[in-house]
Amino acid sequence: MRYLPHSASERAEMLGVIGAADVDALFSAVPKSALKSFDLGLPAHQPEFLVETHMRALAAKNHAAGDGPFFVGAGAYRHHVPATVDHLIQRSEWLTAYTPYQPEISQGTLQMLFEFQTQVAKITGMDVANASLYDGSTGTAEAVLMAKRLTKKNKIVLSGGLHPHYRDVVKAYLKDDPDLVCLSPSPEGQGDILSQIDGNTAAIVVQTPDFYGHLRDLKAAADAAHAHGALLIVVITEVVSLGLLEAPGALGADIVVCEGQSIGNALNFGGPYLGLMATRKEFIRQMPGRLCGETVDADGNRGFVLTLSTREQHIRREKATSNICTNSGLCALAFSIHMSLLGEAGFTRLARLNHHNAVKLARMLGTVPGVELLNKSFFNEMTIRLPVPAAPVVEMLAQAGVLAGVPVSRLEPYNPNVENLIVLAATELTTHADIEMLAECLHAAIEEDAQ
Amino acid sequence: MSMNTQGRPTGTGTSGSTAASGSALIPDEPLLFEIGDTEHSGVDLPEVTIDDSFLGGFERKTKLDLAGLTEPEAMRHYVRLSRMNHSIDSGMYPLGSCTMKHNPRLNEKMARLPGFSDIHPLQPVSTVQGALELMNQLSHWLLTLTNTAAVALSPKAGAHGELLGMMAIKAAQDAAGQAHRTVVLVPESAHGTNPATAAFLGYTVKPVPAKADGTVDVEAVKAALSPEVAAIMLTNPNTCGLFEPQVIEIAQAVHDAGAFFYCDGANFNAIMGVVRPGDLGIDAMHINLHKTFSTPHGGGGPGAGPVVLSQALAPFAPVPFVRKGEKGLELVEHVEEHALCRVTAFHGQMGMYVRALTYMLSHGGDGLAQAAQDAVLNANYIKARLQHIFSVPFPNYPTMHEALFDDSFLKDTGVTTLDFAKAMIDEGFHPMTMYFPLVVHGAMLVEPTESESKQTLDRFCDVMAELATDAKAGNAARFTAAPVKAPRRRLDETRAARQPVLKWEKPADLPQAAE
Amino acid sequence: MTTKFTPDHEYIRVEGSTGIVGITPYAQEQLGDIVFVELPAVGKALKKGEEAAVVESVKAASEIYAPVTGTIVEVNGMLTNEPGLVNTDPENAGWMFKIEIADTSEIDTLLDADGYAELTL
Repeated sequence: MRYLPHSASERAEMLGVIGAADVDALFSAVPKSALKSFDLGLPAHQPEFLVETHMRALAAKNHAAGDGPFFVGAGAYRHHVPATVDHLIQRSEWLTAYTPYQPEISQGTLQMLFEFQTQVAKITGMDVANASLYDGSTGTAEAVLMAKRLTKKNKIVLSGGLHPHYRDVVKAYLKDDPDLVCLSPSPEGQGDILSQIDGNTAAIVVQTPDFYGHLRDLKAAADAAHAHGALLIVVITEVVSLGLLEAPGALGADIVVCEGQSIGNALNFGGPYLGLMATRKEFIRQMPGRLCGETVDADGNRGFVLTLSTREQHIRREKATSNICTNSGLCALAFSIHMSLLGEAGFTRLARLNHHNAVKLARMLGTVPGVELLNKSFFNEMTIRLPVPAAPVVEMLAQAGVLAGVPVSRLEPYNPNVENLIVLAATELTTHADIEMLAECLHAAIEEDAQ
Repeated sequence: MSMNTQGRPTGTGTSGSTAASGSALIPDEPLLFEIGDTEHSGVDLPEVTIDDSFLGGFERKTKLDLAGLTEPEAMRHYVRLSRMNHSIDSGMYPLGSCTMKHNPRLNEKMARLPGFSDIHPLQPVSTVQGALELMNQLSHWLLTLTNTAAVALSPKAGAHGELLGMMAIKAAQDAAGQAHRTVVLVPESAHGTNPATAAFLGYTVKPVPAKADGTVDVEAVKAALSPEVAAIMLTNPNTCGLFEPQVIEIAQAVHDAGAFFYCDGANFNAIMGVVRPGDLGIDAMHINLHKTFSTPHGGGGPGAGPVVLSQALAPFAPVPFVRKGEKGLELVEHVEEHALCRVTAFHGQMGMYVRALTYMLSHGGDGLAQAAQDAVLNANYIKARLQHIFSVPFPNYPTMHEALFDDSFLKDTGVTTLDFAKAMIDEGFHPMTMYFPLVVHGAMLVEPTESESKQTLDRFCDVMAELATDAKAGNAARFTAAPVKAPRRRLDETRAARQPVLKWEKPADLPQAAE
Repeated sequence: MTTKFTPDHEYIRVEGSTGIVGITPYAQEQLGDIVFVELPAVGKALKKGEEAAVVESVKAASEIYAPVTGTIVEVNGMLTNEPGLVNTDPENAGWMFKIEIADTSEIDTLLDADGYAELTL
């Protein structure tokens, strides 16, 4: 077996040093009834080329985004990742390092995390950011819990524009909490949340651009929340939007959570992704997740360490701010490399290009008979209403090789009001030809469906 | 003011030019903000003009002050930084309870096939049949290796899986009218995540003491059980590296009391293919794909923590899951009136599923069992070679995949466990896990994994023995000064925590330092 | 004015019906460099043995319990910016909170200096 270094004679020699008759003797604490008492019936080990054949066959059964026109977004976005990013993250010293608990021999990872925290703080306009969380959805749940700890109040209001999966994750984390208010889906961009804030409100959660693509007025939300002593949690699933939109920190946000996948990370069928979390300085001690900080070594040289770790589970145990153990280190590295390649100039240009293509998409969709665009504002994603249920149309287009977006009914199956809606995204990778083909196919599918 | 290689001033606190810092091949590296600026960019993108924006008046009016690097600058920055890291590819990583094994590169190659990496979680399921098949195959391997009834793949990491497993237990008990069960038993040797998870879900944590031999006493469990107990959270093999010999009796007692058995599967690497946890009576167990099945740790994640569930808990698995339908495989993303909806957006860590399945297929059932046995062999070999010099707190049983020592051999030497660990760095080894488990004073937990050759193990043992001899000989200075050969000497963690500096500030932005 | 001790290495210096509470020099030495002190809210009523404050070193967090039943009347705000005072001067500048003692007879149940000294031998 190519991954196991011992020869048979070495194993025998080692057993001799141990003084064990055979390897089973090392498992003597295992009850007899449970030790090797079965035939697994699993295939035997295979050479590399056969494993590769097997995996390639599975991969070939999937329609990759790059195989044709692609407009799927809804919380995960297809952007171009520079070749440098993937090359660098596969370097041994990044890929196969552990959590930097021994700072003297982990300065690479630690300095990178410090740079990452700085980048996230800058793009969100917040004082501090942590070293990443699992993803945007769990990050949102963590932000909600953090707000409850900070305010010592209970009511949480989720905007109807919040990604339905994010809402469901918050519901799972706050199971049976009578003070959790989830507003109904707001595909038209209805302003619904401000009237819900009262003196018992810990936080309101507002996504922008929201799930349906609308841009939300964060300043108004922050002012309303703060007037009642509540916090504003801002959720951003398309982090590229920050290249063009005002940073939430400048508008009064108290906690910002982003899905950072768009920068540096592939679609990967939903994971691994990258949760970004940033907040105000005074809230650091209630923030979950790892933090990297600057210090000096015994010789006075600048260096970095994980810090404020007394918030974490391995020390506080049942009193920890969260049970989180890992972050999303390698995805954070990919984000940080891509972001440093972009820089302010590139990040802004990338965002502009996304919006530019989305405007073209919106205009073209407007020419398709029967299609209604619901957005007055958007960044790179929008919602359309069809005269017919959306899911079969999307399926029909997929058969024609066009991945046309997400029928909202896939995420809100019990809500008849959204049955005809599709959420579509454009990115820098969307071409004019893609948009034309989408419009043609959509037109044909609606006509066919109508007959 | 010190200058970096680009000739730009470096930030406050940098003294990169001192003799002790940096070396010919591992130079100090400034922060990217000290190298780049807002005009540099390593990405060529067309400049477009937008004549009619739909941004609703929310355009950014301020600058981000976000430094960029051109491609050659970025390449050098990240390559230089990387060289300041220890990694499993460059040396042994004997971190107990972390399972730092070799990460095969075939895994990486497969995860990057566009058919896996370039598919969207919400594109029509008819276009991702291969992905669903892969999830099914991975599930089959996990269920077979554990002999359990169901698996939830979606948790993002071990602690996340643990949370999900305990949520499933809570949901099952609520559904059975057992909501009054509010206590969770946790042995004192448990990982910190166990009590954190239980407390997170509103349970009261009740510690269970260990026996003097390092294992959990079934009688102590029986004494702690009551109608209020919801579950026990037990790690097996435990954090002292021992297989719990009474685990079947413990499971029986827990079930007799109407409670569930959550098994922390962090140490599954010791028994995969050799012992099936389902045969021991577990109800839920998370499996760290990044430990047992070789997906890379990546400097701290991403992980993946699928949870296997017993028949009793299977109905409480979260969405999504894959099932066979009329037109191929289906992805169940909603169940009406479901007790437990979802713990993450989308479908979990697909990138990790691909790597883990690739690893499983490479090993086969036979290879996985061999890997577990080699991991146990290696740990016992280290224990056998070092037990005469180091002190072994629990000598009664053979160890499993990790060897536990305590610090009594350092008594009166003036050398602490931490000092000893830092001296290992100067000898080219990453330290073992220290001060964990908490039940052992000055614990040193060594987990070699199956990936280390006998030659490496011998060198490791030689170095450990030589260090121990030197410590006992009174050469404390070597230890208290260590490390001296690493890119940094010991770092001032007190300063980092007392005056947290968590991001870079432009020197001009800094308030005047009070001298 | 008397000073009493708890087995958890806290002292309480009694002045009239008020007690000044902190940790002993022995405790600060065991904990190492203190990096953060979480203080109770003024006005908070605590029963003897309830968690009143938390001191954190780099690697550990320890609860400080109310040595007697009473109400918090003042906290040492200096510790917010200078937690190191607990290390350098635990018994004076490093005090943590003042508690209005509900039942002064509770004081008698605590250890005196000799009793505490025996504990730390």
